[in-house]
Amino acid sequence: MVLGATTTIEDSGLLVELQKSFAAGHPRFSLRTITGGSGEILQLGRRADVDVTFTHDPEAESTFVTEGHAEARRELMYNYFLIVGPEADPAALRGNRDAVEGFKRIAAAEAAFVSRGDQSGTHRKELFLWREAGLDPPEAKPDWYSEAGAGMGDALRVASERGAYILTEPGTFMVLRSQLRLAPLVEGDPRLLNRYALMRVNRTQHGEAADSLIAWLLGPASRDVIDQFGRAQFGDQLFRPR
Amino acid sequence: MDLILDALKQAFTILMTGQAYVVDVLLLSIRVSGSAIVLGVLLGMPAGIAAGMLRFPGRRVLIALIHTGFALPPVVVGLFVYMLLSRSGPVGSLGLLFTPAAMILAQSVLAAPYVAGITLAAVQAVPADVRLQALALGAGRWRAVWAHVREARLGLMAAIVAGFGAVISEVGAVMMVGGNILGETRVMTTAIVLETRRGNFATALALGLILLFFAFAANLALTHLQQRERGR
Repeated sequence: MVLGATTTIEDSGLLVELQKSFAAGHPRFSLRTITGGSGEILQLGRRADVDVTFTHDPEAESTFVTEGHAEARRELMYNYFLIVGPEADPAALRGNRDAVEGFKRIAAAEAAFVSRGDQSGTHRKELFLWREAGLDPPEAKPDWYSEAGAGMGDALRVASERGAYILTEPGTFMVLRSQLRLAPLVEGDPRLLNRYALMRVNRTQHGEAADSLIAWLLGPASRDVIDQFGRAQFGDQLFRPR
Repeated sequence: MDLILDALKQAFTILMTGQAYVVDVLLLSIRVSGSAIVLGVLLGMPAGIAAGMLRFPGRRVLIALIHTGFALPPVVVGLFVYMLLSRSGPVGSLGLLFTPAAMILAQSVLAAPYVAGITLAAVQAVPADVRLQALALGAGRWRAVWAHVREARLGLMAAIVAGFGAVISEVGAVMMVGGNILGETRVMTTAIVLETRRGNFATALALGLILLFFAFAANLALTHLQQRERGR
């Protein structure tokens, strides 16, 4: 059975923990995981090359269900995206909880901003926030807006080197924080909600295994792993179970 | 099969319509890898010629090092150049990270061992008589070396072709030190990775086909030159 998971879960280290824990309780099933952007994982799901998907793009997941590739999306956990940026904070975002207002200020100050530009869940959330702000840097591509078509870690490094603002998934940011010159500036806006969901691919050849995996992930054992993850290392939990 | 047909169709459309985005990315690929191979030749060819023809202490170690360079993972070179150019690194003040210059630097490090290794093999394949004859005809030591190297020129061209092929197709180093930034550091290989991650498999394959098409055209031109040299 193959689980297709989004890179943010792997970059933070959660995926390995979940996999170990599942394998210990289910020696009967062999679980392989592959990782990619949410867009890539769903595309693999459409071709039935993965049996279960684990992504964070509610809109694209709903499309996946509508197209008939899965019966339903099952939400597993969530956290909140952050807007991070240079310590000097030229667009004055600090202390503000409104993410859309933050984006407006970045645009008004024409402060450097790095976009993931890769149709990942994080990139889709960024596009959503620009739409909410009534602004179109993703289409107009002004000088201060750069599209780093790279993963979360690489994009954070680009932002750090350039003293730019960036919307980030919190897990990867925490893991890399000590290497970056970026400070968390906007957090806590409900619109920054980041939802992770599972789907069982309809054309799977490993239905029984896929069902067990999903049942286990949604159950109490996995809830403990998710709940505890990151507390020891970062002093804070990185993901909250549903 | 659908995917491959779709990719072929897309590659054809992109080539026919000359999409500005793809043209820019392709030109940057050629510029970066072209500059890298020039640097790689400047570095690798003298090293290969010296290792292949001269006798000096440490020669065997140099040869072993050159051949080890074939196994250099691009991402390791990328990581090394990243640490060098990072703002917290030794020459961070130059602000070269995430620019084409950083990509050229990384790729030239990758190209140099290929060029050196194949140059070494090419000069060693030339019979020693060539140099001896030149000396017998009254040439000086360096003129005799030059005559020898001239004799190896087909192999030297192969060294350049192989080095160029190795760097234009690598993705690990340019992703790391370039950042795949649209309009600045996005090259063909990083664009392919991006399209794959976006789930646009057909577009990714189409870009791969275009890259191969240009590699083929470049090699055809070089082969033409090479074989004309041989008088065939």
